[in-house]
Amino acid sequence: MTGAAPWAVAVPLAGAAAAFLLGRPRAARAAGLVSGSATLALSAAVARQVWMEGPVRLSLAGWDAPLGIELHADGLSAAMLLVTSLLGLAIAVYATGYFPHPAGGAAGARGADAASAPRAVAARRAASEADAASGPERRVDDEADAAPAHEERTDDEANATPRGGAGGPRATAGFWPLLLFAWASLNALFLSADVFNLYVALELMTLAAVALVALAEGPVALGAAIRYLLAAFLGSLVYLLGVAILYGAFHTLAFEGLAESVLPGVPAWSALALITTGLALKTALFPLHFWLPRAHASAPAPVSALLSSLVVTASFYLILRFWMYVFPAVVTPAAAHVAGALGAAAILWGSVQAIRQQHLKLMIAYSTVAQVGYLVLILPLTVAAVAGSAMAWSGGLYHAVSHAFAKAAMFMAAGSVIHSVGSDRIVGLSGIATYLPVSTYAFGIAGLTLIGLPPTGGFVGKWLLLSGAIESGQWWLAIVILVGGVLTAGYVFLVLGQELSQSQDDVTPEFRPVPRAMEYAAMALALASLLLGLRATELLELLSTGSPFAAGGGP
Amino acid sequence: MNWSFWMPLLVIGTSLVTGILIFLLREEQFALRTTLNLAGAGTKLLLVAVIVWMRFHGHELEARLPFVPGLELTFRVDFLSLLFIALSSVLWLLTTVYAIGYLERSPHRSRFFGFFSLCVMATMGIALAGNLLTFFVFYETLTVVTYPLVVHRGSREALAAGRTYLLYTLGGGVLLLLGVAWLHLLAGTGDFTPEGVVAHLVETHRLQLVIVFALLVAGLGVKAALVPLHGWLPEAMIAPAPVSALLHAVAVVKAGAFGIVRVVYDVYGIEVASTLGVLTPLAAVASVTIVYGSLRALRQDDLKKRLAYSTVSQLSYIALGIALVSPLAATGGLVHLMHQGIMKITLFLCAGLLAETLGVRAVSELGGVARRMPVTMAAFTLAAFGMIGIPPVAGFFSKWYLGLGAVESGSLWVLAVLATSSLLNAAYFLPIVGSAWFGRPRPEWSSRPAGRTLEADWMLLLPAAVTALLALGAGLFAGLPFGPLGLARQAVLGIYTP
Repeated sequence: MTGAAPWAVAVPLAGAAAAFLLGRPRAARAAGLVSGSATLALSAAVARQVWMEGPVRLSLAGWDAPLGIELHADGLSAAMLLVTSLLGLAIAVYATGYFPHPAGGAAGARGADAASAPRAVAARRAASEADAASGPERRVDDEADAAPAHEERTDDEANATPRGGAGGPRATAGFWPLLLFAWASLNALFLSADVFNLYVALELMTLAAVALVALAEGPVALGAAIRYLLAAFLGSLVYLLGVAILYGAFHTLAFEGLAESVLPGVPAWSALALITTGLALKTALFPLHFWLPRAHASAPAPVSALLSSLVVTASFYLILRFWMYVFPAVVTPAAAHVAGALGAAAILWGSVQAIRQQHLKLMIAYSTVAQVGYLVLILPLTVAAVAGSAMAWSGGLYHAVSHAFAKAAMFMAAGSVIHSVGSDRIVGLSGIATYLPVSTYAFGIAGLTLIGLPPTGGFVGKWLLLSGAIESGQWWLAIVILVGGVLTAGYVFLVLGQELSQSQDDVTPEFRPVPRAMEYAAMALALASLLLGLRATELLELLSTGSPFAAGGGP
Repeated sequence: MNWSFWMPLLVIGTSLVTGILIFLLREEQFALRTTLNLAGAGTKLLLVAVIVWMRFHGHELEARLPFVPGLELTFRVDFLSLLFIALSSVLWLLTTVYAIGYLERSPHRSRFFGFFSLCVMATMGIALAGNLLTFFVFYETLTVVTYPLVVHRGSREALAAGRTYLLYTLGGGVLLLLGVAWLHLLAGTGDFTPEGVVAHLVETHRLQLVIVFALLVAGLGVKAALVPLHGWLPEAMIAPAPVSALLHAVAVVKAGAFGIVRVVYDVYGIEVASTLGVLTPLAAVASVTIVYGSLRALRQDDLKKRLAYSTVSQLSYIALGIALVSPLAATGGLVHLMHQGIMKITLFLCAGLLAETLGVRAVSELGGVARRMPVTMAAFTLAAFGMIGIPPVAGFFSKWYLGLGAVESGSLWVLAVLATSSLLNAAYFLPIVGSAWFGRPRPEWSSRPAGRTLEADWMLLLPAAVTALLALGAGLFAGLPFGPLGLARQAVLGIYTP
């Protein structure tokens, strides 16, 4: 069992290679599902090992640090690994419905619902999702509404030779290798215990993410992808500069070696500042979030789900690693308060922006900007707190996990709804609750998690964060946490109310059928976020294995 | 199998399972859905009967589930829980019958009945919660699962009412959460007990305890419709009749009132609460609400709105009974928890009958309606007499014990509040009753539609008649140990002689 950890990286990587080499969409899909299931099993094995034996450390090919590549899994890594694999597999299942087969594929492999979906769906979806991203810029709404109709018509004419769209064969062929590649780099990132290996994993993850965004063709998506690429590249540069300073000053890049030798002083402080800034840019922490809404909103739905739930969280995970494991001797309460202020601003500003959006996917993307703020509150509530830090630590991480499930479920449910309605304007969602109850409830349950209402995982996270804030006397953060919840309820119920409403005029809206795989994949994740709220002890215990606050949650 | 562990969970679980199964049904599966609904409600009634029997024979029923380290979700059955689950399970069966008759031909039935069942589930959880955290979990769940019922019609007005409802209840939830978390850090989240969990902090943390009490009561006061937090209630009238009946009699408003009961008796404890001096302001707010609600009710022409303001007023009898430090007043308040539920549900079911059968929605259109619908109006009249406090209908006993309690605790001004309120109750109910029986009916009401022996659909008529008889029976047989008064007395014994 000692060997599970490296395979959790190698298997999805091999799957990516296979999917790329096989080329044909059906073969790529099979490679994705098989290697994805295997990765889930391996991640579960790692989590089980950490659960039973405590933190695991192992050197690849027998070379110890500082020369070799060393993998390290504590409770936090194991939990993130498990979450990544669960989400990855759900996204893969969703994608089997989202990316339909090109003409000539075996009809038998299609879902019953997908079979009746007209070919125009793919292009329609591409157009409507691009429409989403262009929301803030476009002043003339008529134009936005006209665009999908036009696209649809041309695609109907070109029925015999399907062109690329979100669901075109090119996107299908590109999606599977990239998904698995991103998955492998995420797993590598969570298992690394070395600052330079982390850099490599981070870069690979970013490249895969950018390419995934670019799968949605069209100028808007491409623009968003390029903007994302530049922001991420800038972040990497800044991060690398920090790493260079660290190496120059302390002559090691392994976590443990650094933690032992780092001393407060100008080199350490500047390295901390640079590394944090670089990672904050990738995490889209306010005010460095400018690239996120458009990138996440214009990507195909399964990609949005991956980016908003895991990729953002992974960058934040690194910030936590640095602050808690590498620099604990260097970070100051003042720095933590600055981070806390940014987090609070992110919660308030992101939520208000989300409420103001007219387009569903943009709204969800701004919600991610806001929810990142909650994660960042871990910093002031642990570093700058005299009491309650253990609660805040587990609360923040629990929130991160719940948010990952809920946000992926939300993007997936939104993708189904948009597929069905043919537009992602929120006002156009009337009556969809009757037609797509499963997606509506999935969206609703995910929304409850984001609001932090019981009985969801979000409530557990919020309860612990709130307790930490009260215990450490940081009242203003407690109030931000509560107000953020109310604002979240604002945008979630804005959408739910619209979905439950009847359309005002007597015209019955026309909806398109949605493949079952899409609806139920979203529901499965939403239910997972709900189950997290019913019993939290086990996951909290896993998260605290090997953590700096190993005592656990309660006072 | 450990029955004392599983029984509380089973009571909650039956509604949960019923709800989930109903969600999975297709719209047109009428027979299966009806069977599920009735089987779920019937099973629950049976389970509750068993629990009452077990509790009276001295069985301790308790379930503990780990939640986060240091905190458990706890379910326990004490006499306060019994009051609430008995009320809910009886009224739920009747309302389910009514709702089937009322809604089975309208759209979105699976959604409606699914959330309807989840609503009972949340109410049961509130009743059986053994500590404040468990209570909060189900209290917020209730908010969420009632929202789709409030906006059920999907019209613009329904959505607006839903927004108001959420604004108030989620806002209240935030205050409550802050209070619960703060209290947890001060004193831990111990089980509900008549001694309270904060007695050791009175000397050292007096101010904090008062603030937390204010937060908790303000959060609960939203659902309990304490003035000025009552604004959502009249607006939520847009919901279908069975929903209004359930919101007003059992689920939402009672959750708030019941929460206040728990906070005063089982979190702070009656002695600590009176030492802190927080009960007199609570009594004052309750009194203001009683009078204000009645005054507003006088001016409403819409029948359901008049009933809604009447709820605002009547509900605060419960808070008033608790805030007076007197066993007799406590008996009056707690028994009103049940009496108000039975009487108010009758009134709402009748209002729904009138609207559904004759399209009558305004008080001014009610003239002579009793000639056409005598059974409906008889039930209405009985319940209205109970609300006014005319013996021997149940409501008389609530007011009687409250009055005795006011004398016992030396708060004679409360007698004035009770008298004023009863006069106002009479002033807004008697004109309805009078014009319905003695007014001139509309010509088209003179004959029943051909082929109908009953004045309305039996599925609507029967529940209203049964609840009216329950209201009468609760008064006539007030001495029985299993009746509302008997249960309330038992509960008070547990509180005042721990």
